Amino acid sequence: MAKHETPLLDQLETGPWPSFVSDLKQQAEVRAKNEKGVEFQIPQDCVDDLLGVLELSFKHGRTHWKHGGIVGVFGYGGGVIGRYCDQPQAFPGVEHFHTMRVNQPAGKFYKTDYLKSLTELWDFRGSGVTNMHGATGDIILLGTTTPQLEEVFWTLTHDMNQDLGGSGSNLRTPADCLGQSRCEYACYDTNALVYFLTNEYQDELHRPAFPYKFKFKLDGCPNCCVASIARSDMSFIGTWKDDIRIDQDAVNKYVENDPAYPANAGAHKGKDWGPFDIEKEVTGLCPTKCMKFENKKLFIDNANCTRCMHCINVMPRALKVGKETGCSILVGAKAPILDGAQMGSLLVPFVEVNPDNDYEAITEVIENVWDWWMEEGKNRERLGELIMRQGFQKLLEVTGIDPMPQHVAYPRTNPYIFWKEDEVTGGWERDVEEYRKHHQR
Amino acid sequence: MATIEFNGKSFEIDEDGFLLDYNLYSEEWVEYVKSQEGIEEMSDEHWQVVKVLQDYYEKNGIAPMVRVLSKLTKFKLKHIYELFPSGPGKGACKMAGLPKPTGCV
Ligand code: HEM
Ligand code: SF4
Ligand code: SF4
Repeated sequence: MAKHETPLLDQLETGPWPSFVSDLKQQAEVRAKNEKGVEFQIPQDCVDDLLGVLELSFKHGRTHWKHGGIVGVFGYGGGVIGRYCDQPQAFPGVEHFHTMRVNQPAGKFYKTDYLKSLTELWDFRGSGVTNMHGATGDIILLGTTTPQLEEVFWTLTHDMNQDLGGSGSNLRTPADCLGQSRCEYACYDTNALVYFLTNEYQDELHRPAFPYKFKFKLDGCPNCCVASIARSDMSFIGTWKDDIRIDQDAVNKYVENDPAYPANAGAHKGKDWGPFDIEKEVTGLCPTKCMKFENKKLFIDNANCTRCMHCINVMPRALKVGKETGCSILVGAKAPILDGAQMGSLLVPFVEVNPDNDYEAITEVIENVWDWWMEEGKNRERLGELIMRQGFQKLLEVTGIDPMPQHVAYPRTNPYIFWKEDEVTGGWERDVEEYRKHHQR
Repeated sequence: MATIEFNGKSFEIDEDGFLLDYNLYSEEWVEYVKSQEGIEEMSDEHWQVVKVLQDYYEKNGIAPMVRVLSKLTKFKLKHIYELFPSGPGKGACKMAGLPKPTGCV
């Protein structure tokens, strides 16, 4: 029998989508029966109490978690999100309900062995409830007590060779699209680079030293499957600088509506959109109108291609990204607080992604940006806000990057233009008497 | 919330072991907290960090940013972690009696 009545939550067990309520109830029951004889280190009925407090919140329309919480493991300044219930008498099982962030593998590929040892640990020392995964990327272990934190950390590190993720004013857990592991669009090995950056900057990840949080995300191409341009202070988006590779025979297979060559790899098969029409669906939709299909030949004026991915996405068997690949670096994306939402702005149009020199071209940009932001950033000021406050020009100076037209969507429309004194003949020191010699009062 | 007694003093603390009222700080508080924070003996350097935090808090009403703490104490962050294993927030601020750090921690 369930410990608490949950009439409102019960309604969420209906409908076709996997019900989190049914899953939680199942977990509560597994713990109640405890057929495996686990020596639970936190209250056996914590999942019942989680359902109970959630039901209460449904009733009240208010959260029942107290403000904040500062817990963690020695040596690190983050990784654990402390949380306490504000109704501990009614729901003692969730009086402590801390969340542990565990650093996920690149691309989130797992073996069942690993997941089994993780769930065994979490059933024993936590609620057994998880979030796979947090929006930043971490494996989220949802709900344990303070004394268990060091214990879980010990087992993670000693038995599983597994570290915590990031939280607080630091480098948060980097994440990537699955990249070259199984996508033919990937312009660089996102898995390798995300792994490198995560290891390289472990100190910055575990011990908050920044004015505020900072995130890396890595996308293999402009499709942005990990949404780096919107959800990371520094976004690495794969691209190429030579020509799109065209297989003309395959293009014609698409044009002839060969069933083995469905447009967009069949993504629109759920509805009849008529036979494939290359003018209407590809050349006519190219944002720069740099394509032509004539006499059974597709022509791309690559100098005017902005590498939007559209044509490649529509005809993946005929068109391939170029061979000279690298990535663009965009900076400053953030959610609205404090001064408005931002997406990443282009800082480096093209940089090589070279594991042989430890990605030196990339780490140089990262470290220049950090040096500036760590010195100039105000308390809780995201990089995007510092760029707004001190100017994109300043960012270019500190990264040693020359301004170029690609840095703007359009030039400024107002004439409030600052000049450096040494750019102006004669400088700023002027004598009004000198002026009066030519202009009477 | 709880009240704890230590060496004849009593302290009101929250679940995370932070003092509820900065004015209740005394050296006994440091003695009480240090073992939970993985510190055997308080060295001069420990006290220096505590004093800097307190001066800053009294003047400015907030805890200093990590970078400012490093500048004021001339200790690198790495050294602050050597002194206070759970870091400047959970370790040093707690000992200095400052309010609990907030935000997206
Ligand atoms: C050589 C002559 C002048 C120069 C160099 C000059 C320059 C400026 C400058 C630099 C500003 C500030 C713009 C800003 O950053 O917001 C300004 C604002 C202003 N000026 Fe002048 N000004 C001149 C003549 C005049 C005259 C003759 C008038 C009125 C008859 C005038 C009326 C104003 C007003 C009303 C503003 C405020 C506009 C606002 O609210 O933004 N100015 N001027
Ligand atoms: S972002 Fe590009 S490379 Fe990465 S998975 Fe998506 S389509 Fe493939
Ligand atoms: S990638 Fe985009 S811009 Fe380039 S040719 Fe294809 S549709 Fe046009």
